[in-house]
Order: sequence, then C-alpha cells, then structure tokens
Amino acid sequence: MPAPDFATARRPGSLNRSPTSPRTLFASAMTVLSVLFTLLALIPLVAVLVYVVVNGLPRLDIAAFTQLPPAPGLRGGGFGNALLGTLLTVAIAAAISIPFGVVAAIYLSEFGRDTRLAEWVNFFTNVLSGVPSIVIGAFAYAVVVLTTGTFSAVAGGVALAILMLPTIVRTAAEALEAVPNDFRQAAIGLGATRMQTTLKIVLPAAVPAILTGIMLAIARAAGETAPVLFTASFSRYWNTTVWQPTATLSRLVFDFATAPYASQQQLAWTASLVLVALVLVTSILARLVTQRRRK
Amino acid sequence: MTSRLQSARQTDSVFHTEDLNIYYGNFLAVRDLSIDIAKNSITAFIGPSGCGKSTVLRCFNRLNDLIKSFHIKGKIYYHDQDLYASEIDPVEVRRQVGMVFQKPNPFPKSIYDNIAFGPRLLGYKGDMDELVEQSLKQAALWDDVKDKLKAFGTDLSGGQQQRLCIARAVAVQPDVILMDEPCSALDPISTLKVEDLLQELKEKYTIMIVTHNMQQASRASDYTAFFNVEANSKGQRTGYVVEYDRTEVIFQSPKEQATQAYVSGRFG
Repeated sequence: MPAPDFATARRPGSLNRSPTSPRTLFASAMTVLSVLFTLLALIPLVAVLVYVVVNGLPRLDIAAFTQLPPAPGLRGGGFGNALLGTLLTVAIAAAISIPFGVVAAIYLSEFGRDTRLAEWVNFFTNVLSGVPSIVIGAFAYAVVVLTTGTFSAVAGGVALAILMLPTIVRTAAEALEAVPNDFRQAAIGLGATRMQTTLKIVLPAAVPAILTGIMLAIARAAGETAPVLFTASFSRYWNTTVWQPTATLSRLVFDFATAPYASQQQLAWTASLVLVALVLVTSILARLVTQRRRK
Repeated sequence: MTSRLQSARQTDSVFHTEDLNIYYGNFLAVRDLSIDIAKNSITAFIGPSGCGKSTVLRCFNRLNDLIKSFHIKGKIYYHDQDLYASEIDPVEVRRQVGMVFQKPNPFPKSIYDNIAFGPRLLGYKGDMDELVEQSLKQAALWDDVKDKLKAFGTDLSGGQQQRLCIARAVAVQPDVILMDEPCSALDPISTLKVEDLLQELKEKYTIMIVTHNMQQASRASDYTAFFNVEANSKGQRTGYVVEYDRTEVIFQSPKEQATQAYVSGRFG
C-alpha cells in the first residue's frame, strides 16, 4: 500500500456546529415536537388523577369507609359494603384463578413444552385475554347467575377470575421459563423426578415473578366494572353470605356518579379515589416484590 | 430401594459399552464406542471440541433422555445391567450415577439445603446434620463454610460453589460421579483443589471426567480416552475414540499418531 500523500490529501471541512443547516434545524424541531407530544399525552393522565383527588378528598372520612350508602336525598353515609364487596369478589376471583393459572403455567413451561396441546392452550389464552370484559360478564351471568337464580359475589368472582386467568397463566409461564436450566439439570442429575424438580426447585425460584403477575392481575380485576355489572350487581346492605347481590366500588361509582343526588355523586368521587389508591398500592407492591428478587 | 443395582457392585468394571452409536435424530454424533470403565479409578475423556465427549458422558446417567431426538444403538452395561433396557428407571440410574456440571449450579437455597436436597428426595432417615458435615468434608469445603451453613450456596465463590456441587453429588452416596469439565469455570488454585479432591474421592467412588485441560487429564486421571471427530460427505461431524489406555501410555507412548499430535499440542 503506497504511503498517503499528506501534502495533497484533502483537508477535512470545518467541525464547528452550524445552527442554521437544514439537518440541525430538522433535528431540533423534531426534539421539540416529541417533548410537546409527550406532555400532551400526559395531560389526560394527570388531569384524571387531579380531578379524582380534588373531588374525592372532601368525603375521605371514616364514615365513608364504615357506613352503608345513604338513601336517596340523604346526606352522609359511605361505601363500606362496596369496599368489602370489592375485596370479597377479588378474593374469590384470586382463589379460583391462581391455582388454575399457576398449574396451567407449570404444564406449559415444564411438561408440555413444544407439544400440540401447549400450543393450543397458549393460543386460547391469548384469545381469552382479548375478549371484551363485558362479554366475560355476560358469560358469568349466563353460567352462574341464571343457574343459581341470584346475583352474587361468587358470580362476580367467577367473572373476574376468567378475566385474571390469561394474565396469570402468561406471567407465571414466563417466570417458570426464566428459571435457568442449570437448576433443572442439577436436580434431575441428583435423581429427582420431573415433578420433584418442578415443585422443589423450579417453582420456588419463580415465586417472586409469579407473585408480581398475580398482583397485576388483581389490580386490574379490582378496577373492572363490566364483569361485575350484572354478576355481583349491587346492594345497599352488608353482605351476610357470598350468595347475595354484592356491591363493589366500581359498580357503586357507575350507579352514583349518574345519580341526581349531590351526596351520592360526592360518594362516587371518593369511591373512585379509593379505587385508584387500591390499584396503585397493589401495583407498587408488585414492583417491590420484583425489586426484592433482583437484589 | 435400589438393592438390585447395589448388589451388582462386585465386578471390577463399572461400565461396559458395546458398539455404542449415539444419534440425535438421523445425525450420528458418536460411533463405535466400546470401552470399559474401571472401578475406583478416574477416567478422563479428552479431545477437540465437538467430538462428543460430553454426549458420551451424559449417556451414563441417562441425562440425554431429556433431549427428545436422542437415541442409541448398541449397549451400555452398568455392572451387569443393560442401562437402556425398558425396565430401567432413569431416575434410579441417576441416584447411582451422580453428576457435576461444567458451570457450578448450586440451587438458590442455603448451603445446608443444597446438600440435604438429594437425601431428602430419597427419604433419608439418618442424622441429616451429620450427613451434611460428612459430605462437605469429603468435598474439602467444610472448613470454609462450617460457620455459615445457612448462607446461600449461590453467594459462595466459583470454586467453592463447584465443591458444593461435588458435596451435593456425594451426599446421595452414588456409585459413580460424572464430571463434565468441572474446572473450566474455575481459577487455577480452585482447579488444583478440585483435582486433589478427585484423588480422595476415587477411594470411594468411580469418577469419569470430561476435560479440555490436558495437564489436568495427565495429572489427575488413571485412564484416558482420546476422542477425535471426522466429517462425512454431508459435513456431519461424528466423534469416535481414537485411543483408550492408561493415562501414562496415552501421554508418553501413544500408539496412534493422532493421539501423539493432540497430547503434544500440535493439533486441537
């Protein structure tokens, strides 16, 4: 290779920034634009939060949590039964969907990997996660409400369980698949069966990630209205059994926000605030569980 | 529980293979393997990458069963039992033939629970503390960890983790221990510790070790099998044993030229 001729080699152009060149102008304009749109996108989010907090705060008192809804036209009262109802329906939903979801995930990840059945389960899980929640509510209405002859916390729980199932199956299967194969080989090399390996080594290692998925599913289910609208339905009284119409926070907001009475509208705002806080706390807990795992 | 397997521990040869051919689907990975593995000895498998050493090793505890396309032709006998006969339970085989992997893989549990995992599976009724202590002593790890048995196994150094894995394998009192490049992730000092350990372990166990480190094979083993690989017309690479003999013969006066070239570092 001949040595470069430095005397005649082309000198580089100026390295100075040129603020008026089309390239620079275009880049700056796009940056401004993207920041602007990000802020615009944040406006509704922040507005909702601020609105709910400002309107909900005035009735955020002890009575709101402990008392029954007021009769139309009366002041005071609370949504104690709806708060309990939400916790009750979500607990029923969790009790149904967690065992089914986690066991299905164990099959998908540990035993059925690459089988035709697992492919179908995966496919239907994806389809199920796309089914509109009102349809799930209608299904639970037909299957539980019509057969038992009553709106109930159980019916609401079943609807929410179906809603939670795809999330739990998918996150749990991902959590199990993320467990390093080294652990499985080590256990199998020690003479453990597939089931012993799964229950004693793989599942414990995946628990934090599975918990995160469960929390997120619960947070979503707690805020859903459509599935409980005509399954748990509504009640102005405390629950004595799980087989009676049950108030939930989301249904209470739905009813009271459109009611013509100021005190009920006020309660709807406060119930919204509590619902948002509930979802927020669950999501934060899910995050904390994940972070503890990463340490 | 495994009386049939245990009663067979009389003969001097632990494993015996006859015309073993190992396949993944239609692909012949290793061909024509006929070797005997001597009891209470260390047998090393050496050879270039991709010649099927690890594949062969994993046949002896049926770990390859986890790979769907895997199958063999020919026979492997464990003492006098046909290891791949239909009535053999691979889970029982793995209780007799333990394994230490290339990458240290302690469970994300305490040191104590790592060791106790295997015996608990077997329903061990004796004194677990005693067994844990003995296993850790056999793996030369007791002095390092005796004050922190509750600490996580995964928090130990790489060399300690590998000795923990050896202790874990020893705890179920196997007959044979397979080691798949156990020192490849370790520093030289940890490597020497593991090699010293091997000499003590062979008093009680039969050890088979795959290694890329020829000094290790010549220092630590009694017998050495040299594997090589050849490609067929379709470019598929099949491994085979070039020479199998006492380690000093393989390293000092091998009969095959290819072995001579490999052990003297002229190829591979």
